[in-house]
Amino acid sequence: MNCRLMKGNEAAVYGALMGGCTHFFGYPITPASEIAQAAAYYFTASGRTFLQAESEISVINMLYGAASAGARVMTASSGPGIALMGEGLSYLAGARLPAVVIDMQRAGPGLGNIWPEQSDYNMVVKGGGHGNYANITLTPASAQEMFDFTKKAFQIADTYRMTVCILSDAYIGQMMEPVEISGPVLHGQRKEWAVYGDKASRKNLISSIYMSAPLLRKHNEDLQQTYLQVAQDITDYEEISVADAEFVFVAYGIVARICHSVVQALRQQGIKAGLLRPKTVFPFPTAALGAIADRNIPLGVVELSNGQMANDVDLAVKGRVPVFRYLTMGGETPTVRELLTAVKCDLAESKKGGPHG
Amino acid sequence: MAELIQRFGKAQSFYDGYTRKGIEIETTHYCPGCGHGTIQKLIGEAIDDLGIQDRTIFLSPVGCAVFAYYYYDTGNIQCSHGRAPAVGTGVKRTVKDAVVISYQGDGDLAGIGMTEIIHAANRGEPITVFFINNAIYGMTGGQMAPTTPLGQITQTTPFGRDVARDGRPIGMVELMNALVPPVYIERCSVATSQGIIKTRKAIRKALQAQIDGIGFSFVEILSPCPTNWGMSPVKARSWMEKEMTHHFPLGLVRDTISSSTGKATSIPYPYLDDAQLVELLTGSAAVPLLKDDIPQVTHKVKIAGFGGQGVLSAGELLATCGMTEALHVSWLPSYGPEMRGGSANVSVILSDQEIGSPLVDHPEVLLAFNGPSLDLFEPKMVSGATIVVNSSIIQRQVERTDVNVYYIPATDIAKNEGLLSAANVVMVTAYLLISNALPLETLVRCIPLVLRKKSFLDTNIAIVNKTEAYVKAHPMEKQ
Ligand SMILES: Cc1ncc(C[n+]2csc(CCOP(=O)(O)OP(=O)(O)O)c2C)c(N)n1
Ligand code: SF4
Repeated sequence: MNCRLMKGNEAAVYGALMGGCTHFFGYPITPASEIAQAAAYYFTASGRTFLQAESEISVINMLYGAASAGARVMTASSGPGIALMGEGLSYLAGARLPAVVIDMQRAGPGLGNIWPEQSDYNMVVKGGGHGNYANITLTPASAQEMFDFTKKAFQIADTYRMTVCILSDAYIGQMMEPVEISGPVLHGQRKEWAVYGDKASRKNLISSIYMSAPLLRKHNEDLQQTYLQVAQDITDYEEISVADAEFVFVAYGIVARICHSVVQALRQQGIKAGLLRPKTVFPFPTAALGAIADRNIPLGVVELSNGQMANDVDLAVKGRVPVFRYLTMGGETPTVRELLTAVKCDLAESKKGGPHG
Repeated sequence: MAELIQRFGKAQSFYDGYTRKGIEIETTHYCPGCGHGTIQKLIGEAIDDLGIQDRTIFLSPVGCAVFAYYYYDTGNIQCSHGRAPAVGTGVKRTVKDAVVISYQGDGDLAGIGMTEIIHAANRGEPITVFFINNAIYGMTGGQMAPTTPLGQITQTTPFGRDVARDGRPIGMVELMNALVPPVYIERCSVATSQGIIKTRKAIRKALQAQIDGIGFSFVEILSPCPTNWGMSPVKARSWMEKEMTHHFPLGLVRDTISSSTGKATSIPYPYLDDAQLVELLTGSAAVPLLKDDIPQVTHKVKIAGFGGQGVLSAGELLATCGMTEALHVSWLPSYGPEMRGGSANVSVILSDQEIGSPLVDHPEVLLAFNGPSLDLFEPKMVSGATIVVNSSIIQRQVERTDVNVYYIPATDIAKNEGLLSAANVVMVTAYLLISNALPLETLVRCIPLVLRKKSFLDTNIAIVNKTEAYVKAHPMEKQ
């Protein structure tokens, strides 16, 4: 077994190369710069393409160009950079081009600071640009998952002709853990729709324009159909101690890791807590949350934002059970002790008979 | 229609009818007297004559030429507003033999897309850019462009372009000429038939430069927009001659094609096949996991000190030791501005259980390299914790009485071996010895995996031995 201690940021580049990515375009921003730096080394040394662009706007358009020409492409950035890519993400979706975009979230709004937040959730999960589209969004919670998710992202992107976003955070990127460099090297196949500058692909057109409303309507409906298929095929989550739980956390990324510790601590105190950790947030594990709600188990969303994912949890359980929110903003993370105290307090309150009690 | 086409010699690289995307039209979408049609015909003929139809990838901009893909029977990519040079960069770096044509208007290239064109030119991307300067935003209905002449009335300059408010028209050819890499820069005009002949030549030269792999070429073409200028096609042409060529002098500005030896290619790294790639990624640092009898432990460790004391690599060493003992491990640094102040700390967890939170808010172990670190973390330690103090640097004693403390002159021990920077090895060794967390052999085996400078390996091992001797001579007093 090939195991190396490495940062999530580095693991993403390893995963990309093992996943058949040939082109990395980047623009530095903390806390994602390490990904570009590792890519600059490994993509160049392996005869792949690394290029530092002049802006994130150029980055996303270079992705658009290279993906049009059939390449497996990626970039990595953080909030301000992803925001600049909004128009390009919309064009990628409109032209149905596959691409992989990593967002190492930092705290906002504006320049904010470089510590972890999960406040890009709406921007990334709901698309980031104009139009009725979405990005497949994977949420790794370890260095190993940074590797695994990035590796498989290219296959997923090619299958559905969609952008796959890896929505991570500064901690998951900075943390070193053992990573197993596993499986065969994957490769993209020739795409019958791409433009290769040869006779066979000469008739091909990459465009997001549909100058007739019925055609654009059909295009939009096809996109929504694809999203339904995606939800069926790749929705993914981990359940920790949910089977006998009387209270279940919902959290992704670094916060899921913290919640895992809180679950253990609560159980030591006799409170049967569990954790549902989405590994995909688009598609969202709606059915799994619904099943927990059916068991009448209250939920607690722990999130480094103003409740952006919590809103999706609310939509999933449709008011059937209480959804407590433990929200932290600005770059801080809640400690295990803080969460423990807050949850115990809320559970005691709701036992006394709150609105749902 | 087919017969007409034959008579007038339609370029083969043009489609016969413009039926793209379900819109059944057979005429162009350009207004009568528009320059776009003339220029695109010249480009189509050049594609035919140069024999590059199959290789061509035509980038349509956003502007009146947005539907250029209706016409060209070549590979086509429609780009977002102004970004075609970035798209072209992506294409060209994927399919090197393709002939990439970026066709852009003045709003597209000189307005919103100024950054992309300058940087593509400055990288010397071997693509061809045709810049259609009609001094106006045509598609959106006649607003001011970066190239609109002073005084000209447009939808957004109803009283004329005002130099104080709007600045001067931008000369793109002149800007391009300030950059070193472009191999061909020319400004032409389609106002007159001589101008069209010159434009025809320039288009061919610029494309040939790309075909020959020589470099970035840029042709600006002054072009009429009778519709938004509010003129007849004839009047528009005479206005061009009078007004535009005055602001935008025609002519060849640079042609270094014949003296160029081709785009300076960067040092080529060969494309690695699967086995070579895996070797590159896993190669030297692959770590064998020893799976038998996993120690039943959890250590939540904080290591803290000045930046430069090797705090982060001490953590890496400890985590690597844990990993090779088949423990779960995590290593999480403080980072960013936090570190610029000169202090660094890292949280390391070793456990036989899967690790939840990698954050160590309340450490069970502290390796304190300097005073401020001890000040910061002493109050946060759990009761019964262990603190290893670098007594070479930290003058004070630990105040808490509910923790175990071990004082060791780590910096002095390292200095005596001639490797000041290895105080971190002393600290980790001391911790492993006093805690019995992991065997010393594991540490010795892992040092080469973490050490950046392999030539210091022997010294590091010597330091481990010196530390062991010190700890033997100074056993920890249990609280
Ligand atoms: C991001 C964005 N902003 C604005 C527009 C609207 N828009 C479409 S074409 C255009 C100007 C095109 O002018 P020019 O490049 O000079 O080309 P012309 O139409 O004159 O050929 C603008 C502003 C857009 N499509 N996208
Ligand atoms: S608006 Fe102007 S640039 Fe656009 S097609 Fe008409 S004449 Fe040509």
